[in-house]
Amino acid sequence: MEFFLISLLNGVSYGLLLFMLSSGLTLIFSMMGVLNFAHASFYMIGAYLAYTLGLKLGFFPALFLAPILTGLFGALIERFGLRKVHRYGHVAELLFTFGLAYLIEESVKVIWGLASMPYRIPAVLDGPLFTLYTTSFPKFRGFMMLVALAMLFSVYLLLMRTRIGLVIQAALTHPQTVEALGHNVPRVFMLVFGGGTALAGLAGVIGGAAFITEPSMAASVGPIVFVVAVVGGMGSLAGAFLASLLIGIVQTFAIALDWSLAGMLAAVGIGVTESTPLYSLWKLQLSQVAPVLPYLLLVLMLIFRPKGLLGTRAD
Amino acid sequence: MAAGVLRYQPLNLARWIIWGGTAVLMAALPLVFTQGFAITVISQMGVAIIFTLSYNMLLGQSGMLSFGHAVYSGLGAYIAVHTLNLAAKGQFWMPVSLLPLVGGLAGAFFGVLFGYVTTKRAGTTFAMITLGIGELVGSCSLMFPDFFGGEGGITTNRVFGQPFLGITFGPAIQVYYLIALWCIASMALMYAWSHTPLGRMANAVRDNPERAEFVGYDTQKVRWLTLIISAFFAGIAGALTAINFEIVTAENVSAVRSGGVLLAAFIGGVGFFFGPIIGACVFVYFVVALSVHTKAWLLYLGLFFMLMVMFAPGGIASLIMMQVQLIARKRFGRIARHYLAAGASGLMVLAALILTVEMTYKISVDSATGTLMKLFGMEFDAAAGTAWAVAIGLWIVGGWLFNLACLRVARVWGEIQTEFVEGRA
Repeated sequence: MEFFLISLLNGVSYGLLLFMLSSGLTLIFSMMGVLNFAHASFYMIGAYLAYTLGLKLGFFPALFLAPILTGLFGALIERFGLRKVHRYGHVAELLFTFGLAYLIEESVKVIWGLASMPYRIPAVLDGPLFTLYTTSFPKFRGFMMLVALAMLFSVYLLLMRTRIGLVIQAALTHPQTVEALGHNVPRVFMLVFGGGTALAGLAGVIGGAAFITEPSMAASVGPIVFVVAVVGGMGSLAGAFLASLLIGIVQTFAIALDWSLAGMLAAVGIGVTESTPLYSLWKLQLSQVAPVLPYLLLVLMLIFRPKGLLGTRAD
Repeated sequence: MAAGVLRYQPLNLARWIIWGGTAVLMAALPLVFTQGFAITVISQMGVAIIFTLSYNMLLGQSGMLSFGHAVYSGLGAYIAVHTLNLAAKGQFWMPVSLLPLVGGLAGAFFGVLFGYVTTKRAGTTFAMITLGIGELVGSCSLMFPDFFGGEGGITTNRVFGQPFLGITFGPAIQVYYLIALWCIASMALMYAWSHTPLGRMANAVRDNPERAEFVGYDTQKVRWLTLIISAFFAGIAGALTAINFEIVTAENVSAVRSGGVLLAAFIGGVGFFFGPIIGACVFVYFVVALSVHTKAWLLYLGLFFMLMVMFAPGGIASLIMMQVQLIARKRFGRIARHYLAAGASGLMVLAALILTVEMTYKISVDSATGTLMKLFGMEFDAAAGTAWAVAIGLWIVGGWLFNLACLRVARVWGEIQTEFVEGRA
């Protein structure tokens, strides 16, 4: 029970972090049809900026400033890069963001170096939040969940209850009509791209402190975010939320469990030894398979339900 | 009936000259570049050409953007290296020169397997599934150390058994000629494929899948068959890599390799058959030669790729073909001096870029031994204000001149195109 509850909490907090990342990706995709390959790179930029700003200003000012700066950078990229490529179609846009991911990772290496940054959790948020049976749940994990939920709530309010949110929703389905009504649709796109990357930056501020801030952090989390966006259904925020939690929980549990096929077979009375054919497959533990699970889920999802959990379009 | 059909089949002289010239060039290259390092570079280029052309069967010919092509070359390489090790133990007879065939068949096998899943969809969804499959196989490489060799990879020795006609594949030059033979054969086969009915249908499926369906073709089947053939050639490239380096590691199936081949194909130009060949050579040059000079080579490569995506989406090949059109109509002279101006100012911008990147790198990463550095044959202090002033000056002046020159090139280009149109009318 103790193991179950703690793993569940950890899984939910990791899932919420994934949601912070995938929500931006989903917003950008549903608005502009652009699959932002470099989304995780903005996550990395957020973490590095927060570290650098945090040295001078402290953690909490950096928590606000770093996402804003990341968003500004994203908006500039959209204005002067992506918009030029737009006329060549979606594949060109995908290639553009693919190249951007390379460029950002290499620039980070040139500016900050190859080693990981000593980006730490601030003292206020360090330490246990509460103790469940014998295991303590860290404060920062709680803070992470709080920020993610606050973000979810404010994005929802922004999209559903404000004028700009209405324009964004309208531009999503009827860009020509919205333009004819006098709204600057390219500027709306720039705002959405900036906003989406700012969300990734916010996730970076949190994720960088919770995990590790190094040049390979984008490459390690990037594909997972894609999995979330696809499994949830391209362009569906609610789907992304569901898929984030699902993958967060599945991965957290899988890492902690040492079940294997050999063990299962032994439980039903079939002995598996080293001489059994395909022994390396039988002896695999669930914790070893954990990194593969999201991709397996992705491939299965694309075969059996290509539009994702809550998506509406198949392509 | 068949005997009665008249066929007009002139000898295609240009084609014979181009292919013969390519073969002669590949045979003569090691005679010109005799150093060991140069042989390594051209060997890698030969392998990269096969791999990139096989990738372009998907991206250029069939419109399938794949983020997981290294799966086929990498798994082909692994099967080949295990076969080689078994053959060396004397378990069965297998000459090294036929090993690429084993790799190719292995690649095709995995093409049948994974392709069935991936080619169900086209476009962005296809790209996503290939990314998933790529990551899946990449993560598996650490799960099955028996097959993938874990962190250290699988090593092998390509020299075993009795030499055949004095060929042992010990010296690098013999491996180069093996690669060159496979390279020219693969190039010819892939070119021939693009003229088969399947190759033509692949183009049709790329351009208008709906119409291809109406004509009566199963688009999924066309994509699947194309992917299998492409995976076959990728497997050949993988096996040649295994022979060349005598080691296969998890890097061979990784996302880095898949991304690299995409960069190479796109930089070369996916619209022409010879584009990826250029792209492969440029890419290997960046990877092998430039990485000796600078740690930031991937930054330059990424930047180059971005510029191509933004300003020349047809790649280097399309830029060349644009000039060929001008030369054929005797207008190249008029635009050439503007090219020179753009090139000269472009060099200034490039110098500014290199200076900025290298100085930043020196200060932030490599400053343990002091900030003195050497660039363009000059020695200076990267932390000094003068060096940065020079860089900023180069950015401003070079950028301004380059912008001016580009505008002029665009204007003259437009004028010439208008003349062509008016001349036709």
